[in-house]
Amino acid sequence: MGTGRATAENTGAGATGAVGAPSSFLSATTAVVVGAAVGDSEAVRAAGAVGAGDRSSEVAVLAALRARPLRFPFTRDSLRCWAYLSGGAVLGLVTAVLLLALTALGLGLSVVGVGLPLLLAVALSGLPAGALERSLLRLVEPEQVPDPHRALPGAGRPARLRTRLRERATWRELAHTLLVAPPLAAAGLGLTALLLFSATLVVSPVVVQALAPETVMLIPGHAVPGPLHALPFTAAGLAGLYLGGHAGALLTTAHVRLARLLLGPREEDSGGTVLELTRSRARLADAFEAERRRIERDLHDGAQQQLVALSMTLGLAAHELRGHVDSGGGDADGADADGVDRPAGALVLVDRARGEARQALEQLRALVRGIHPQVLTDHGLAAAVAEVALRHPVPVEVDLDLPGRLPGPVETTAYFTVTEALTNAAKHSGATAVTVHGRVADGRLVLQVTDDGCGGADPAAGAGLQGLADRVAILRGRLMVTSPTGGPTRLRLEVPCSG
Amino acid sequence: MLRIVIAEDAVLLRAGLVELLTRGGHLVTAAVGDAEALAAAVDADRPDIVVTDVRMPPGFRDEGLRAALDLRSRHADLPVLVLSQYVATPYATRLLGAAGAQRAGLGYLLKDRVGEVSEFLDALRRVAAGETVIDPDVVRVLLRQQSADRPIARLTPREREVLGLMAEGLNNQTVGARLNITEASVVKHCGNIFMKLDLDPVEGNRRVLAVLAHLADLQGE
Repeated sequence: MGTGRATAENTGAGATGAVGAPSSFLSATTAVVVGAAVGDSEAVRAAGAVGAGDRSSEVAVLAALRARPLRFPFTRDSLRCWAYLSGGAVLGLVTAVLLLALTALGLGLSVVGVGLPLLLAVALSGLPAGALERSLLRLVEPEQVPDPHRALPGAGRPARLRTRLRERATWRELAHTLLVAPPLAAAGLGLTALLLFSATLVVSPVVVQALAPETVMLIPGHAVPGPLHALPFTAAGLAGLYLGGHAGALLTTAHVRLARLLLGPREEDSGGTVLELTRSRARLADAFEAERRRIERDLHDGAQQQLVALSMTLGLAAHELRGHVDSGGGDADGADADGVDRPAGALVLVDRARGEARQALEQLRALVRGIHPQVLTDHGLAAAVAEVALRHPVPVEVDLDLPGRLPGPVETTAYFTVTEALTNAAKHSGATAVTVHGRVADGRLVLQVTDDGCGGADPAAGAGLQGLADRVAILRGRLMVTSPTGGPTRLRLEVPCSG
Repeated sequence: MLRIVIAEDAVLLRAGLVELLTRGGHLVTAAVGDAEALAAAVDADRPDIVVTDVRMPPGFRDEGLRAALDLRSRHADLPVLVLSQYVATPYATRLLGAAGAQRAGLGYLLKDRVGEVSEFLDALRRVAAGETVIDPDVVRVLLRQQSADRPIARLTPREREVLGLMAEGLNNQTVGARLNITEASVVKHCGNIFMKLDLDPVEGNRRVLAVLAHLADLQGE
């Protein structure tokens, strides 16, 4: 996959001005798709963020703990937990002290009016604290908890302030900072202290040895007479360290869950709007899909059958007439006074009518195929592509190796990608050979249509390609076109198809 | 005259087929609209041949095809002609896979062919007589779907042509006539084809089946 992308970008750079930067065109399209409600960059970020939130419901630390419960305290993950917890404890303490001071000062000064801005600062303190907590979480989480706030590029300070005060996320962050973070920080601090104490216990024989003949009291009132007598304390320390590893992981998990709950975006935030928008687009696409299938069925059961019946009847008529003409019937009673052979003339007309019926049928088939081909519904992508390749004027080599059926929307999109690419190859490129190559790897369908034509295709010019890019965006896939002058033109589709 | 059972769910087409076959001098003993009725009609009438649509109620998927396969497993000597709306090699693959061991005639044609009345009636007669008739378009797809690393790639273009015509069920003489070559050179080509595809050169209908089953098999991989 990596090499393919590199190639695409290389050829893209070598393309003519008309081609532009193909991938940028397509990513721009994607942005428009999801960015209908809010600003572009915001929409893309929020949509991506929501996607990430969907996937990372599992806490990384907890997963690591579950995978290797016995060995966990010795892993790097455990170290990360401790780094995070001790950092978080310090941060939490500092924040708590600062906020307490600010609040007290603000309340005290509010009588003279100067205190109000200070209280406002306290109210907004969740913003930086939340951001700090989110970035600190990167120590233990591969996916960052997304920023729940709307991006406000170019907004002035008063507007920014008003927006932030109206956002629920701001108040959730404040709640986290004031109510959730302090106990968590205290717990972290306690655990860190326990850890340090355990570490001290571990080295207690050395301490006893070093301080001899001074007496050391690990338990008040009970002197430890020698290093060997300190060994049980070493064991207790080791046990403390080991169990502390688990406790740290659990506390970190609590941190992550609470942070996701309070510091991440929710559906009622702007990110939720985009998510809802994307979903409604997907629903709309599904509805269109269902409608297409219905129309296909109607045409198939109605007009198409009638036309087949018509051409059958005409074929029968031609058959009868031909028998009549061949048997010499035309000589005796078919020719009229002018010597015109009536049955033979009729045969010509009927044959023409048959040709016309066949053409009408062919056109109707093409129409149905453009809406939603039956073979795709019944047999899936490989069979449908094979059929479309058969009819194509340019020889098409099909190499599709797919594991059974793919999800319906993926099949449809992939099918129309192939037909679009084939149409363009036949119309514009003067290609003499086309290859269709498709594989599923890591839950993604990667489909490539390459022709050996003259290249120089302009992706922005084709309405078909635009529509395809929209479909692909709904499925969270990518569509790339590279067409340097001189060819080859390559259309590459990547769609997640694990559902 | 053949005694025929027709299964086709579209009323217009069913009536058209009945008329066409009747005018062609055959007797349509039953014309039904779904797979169940087809099985019942075959059991009651014991026809010489069955003509069935692929797509039928209730699912409008491949009920007709499944009924045909089912009928053949119960009546090994029953010739079946399957009509399809479009080229779908999976249909052909299943049909040929099931037919490989049997001697009864087998046909797979696109519905469009029905309009070519004399060709259609001829195909019907050949299937009833135990031959195999596969639509040229289906054969083309089967031949084309073989990718480069497969045995079929070893054939010369001429041999591919011969194989294609053979797969349609034509005999050596007709193949020679179509390609404007002598029957002797057709035989020579056939020998090469069988050698390259590692097939035993058997005669007649079974030869076609062997080739098609081989292609279908490759395609199914």
